[in-house]
Amino acid sequence: MGPNLFANYGEAVSAILFCIGFTNLLLQTNLIKKIIGLNIMDSAIYLFLAEKGYIAGRAAPIVVDGVTSAERYINPIPSGLVLTGIVVSVSVTALMLSLTIRLYTRYHTLDLDEISTQLKREGK
Amino acid sequence: MDFICNFPFFSILLSLFSGTVCSVLPAKAAKIVNRVVILAVGLMSAALLLYLLSTGESFIYWMGHFPAPWGNEIRAGVLEAGMALFFCIIMYLSMAGGAHKLPGEVVESKHNLYYILVNLLLSSLLALVYTNDMFTAYVFVEINTISACGLIMIRQVGRTIEAAVRYMIMSLLGSGLLLFGLCIMYDLTGHLLMSNIKESVELIVANGEYQIPLIVSVALMCTGLCIKSALFPFHAWLPDAYGYSTVSSAAILSSLVSKGYIFLLIKIIYRVIGFSVFNSTRMIDVLFVFGLMGMIFGSLSAIKENDIRRMIAFSSVAQIGYIYMGFGMGTQAGMVASIFHILSHAATKSLLFIAAIGLTDVSGGSRRFADLTGSAYRNKWAGVAFTAGSLSMVGVPLFSGFISKLLFAQAAVQVEGKMLASLIVLGISTVLNAVYFMKTVIRIYTATTETPYEGITFRHMKAYAVTLVFFILLNVILGVSSQPVVNMIGQGLAMFA
Repeated sequence: MGPNLFANYGEAVSAILFCIGFTNLLLQTNLIKKIIGLNIMDSAIYLFLAEKGYIAGRAAPIVVDGVTSAERYINPIPSGLVLTGIVVSVSVTALMLSLTIRLYTRYHTLDLDEISTQLKREGK
Repeated sequence: MDFICNFPFFSILLSLFSGTVCSVLPAKAAKIVNRVVILAVGLMSAALLLYLLSTGESFIYWMGHFPAPWGNEIRAGVLEAGMALFFCIIMYLSMAGGAHKLPGEVVESKHNLYYILVNLLLSSLLALVYTNDMFTAYVFVEINTISACGLIMIRQVGRTIEAAVRYMIMSLLGSGLLLFGLCIMYDLTGHLLMSNIKESVELIVANGEYQIPLIVSVALMCTGLCIKSALFPFHAWLPDAYGYSTVSSAAILSSLVSKGYIFLLIKIIYRVIGFSVFNSTRMIDVLFVFGLMGMIFGSLSAIKENDIRRMIAFSSVAQIGYIYMGFGMGTQAGMVASIFHILSHAATKSLLFIAAIGLTDVSGGSRRFADLTGSAYRNKWAGVAFTAGSLSMVGVPLFSGFISKLLFAQAAVQVEGKMLASLIVLGISTVLNAVYFMKTVIRIYTATTETPYEGITFRHMKAYAVTLVFFILLNVILGVSSQPVVNMIGQGLAMFA
């Protein structure tokens, strides 16, 4: 456990960051802080993927000087997954932010619990 | 390869493309495009289902020119085609049943946006059903979430926006967990295609290596999909989202969106992890316990509710609990019962939402039980339909709900150790269901003379009444001729292996 953890410290850091982001998204009442939590969570996963794709001592997966042996290059698929993931997380962040603006113009607060109380008071 | 093997790809692309086209069309044309697309996809799925039943084996379709470990793939078997057909039927009926309410619920200029969202939702559901690639599944899970969020918030009142935010938060937590689990799985196996992952997982298990990461990955993926499909205790967003969105949205969300995630989970269990490996992870016990708790607490919340649509929404929590209880049994029979319950619940819950709107319309738009007294006399068709849906939910013979309860009970008897718990909770939950559904049925059939509300006759709601008849027929067909459906589910599960 000990040496493995030290050798894979990048993955360990990403798992810790994931937990920080997850807790923020779940427990913060402020909507902007929730969205920051979401972004930390997603970035942690991309860090994990990047760590997994990189192999120390190898080159970027672009063929130069005619060397086609796979042994020379790192794994390009995780980088592709990270790119796709970033696109997805940008779009959900945009959607969340636009929803936040809608709620703020209506209720003049970013506190989700406060909004719920106001809604109950309206009784609709 | 026959031409018909292109149909899964065509249906995904057609619905995705029609979503884009709808953005430039006027509302009326967008509505026609939407209906035609759902019908076309339904017909293609039906043809595919017949073809697969005749050949008796599933096929894999390459998306592009690269074979297995590199290319993206679509896979179709009996279960996938049947599910796609069923989703199309429910979606068409839900759209038809809620069409007359749409002008009052959504601003005229946004109607075409509504149809874009419905088309996108259909395409993402189809992709979840057909895909053979885990990362594609993740991307379409997110598309599904975004379009479902749009369907909730397109009716612009405070409650729906708040519900949409809560829905997004829970869904994003779920998809974060799913993505992390998927990345660990990729890290362990080096593959993203389901069939390849399964081969590697079998090797890992046989070698006895990496047991903990494997269990962590399975647990993360399962929890993520459970959160997204609103398993108790992750259902806080559900009553507001189903209770205040437009009526078609509520019917589609309750009967299709959560089922799409559950179907993905079934695919992951069978095609990625492997049924026996999944059963040995003890994850099934967790699902079993939360399923049972959902069955009880969902019904208890529904009994306390004084708003008919929120009551139906809480009943969904209980029904999702049934489905996870079936998973938790860890047997083939339990799985078949769960899949049948997915169909039965989808057919019944959308019927209830559509029927409830007819009842509230003749009660001055109020959803409180006091105002609904005698509403079944004012709108006879909706009254009959609501009664049929309630009977099906309670589990009266002739209706589909009876068959799923029967299948659950039969499956429970075969499982040692879980038999007593599941049978007792099944019984309690049925009684609780009866309490709140029969209470409502009695309420709407209580004659009252001093009502200020006008009734409505068949002449003023032809399309609506016809939709209700189709819904009831669907329920009765599932209830009366269940054996072919059950056989088909069994055949589909056999093809998964």
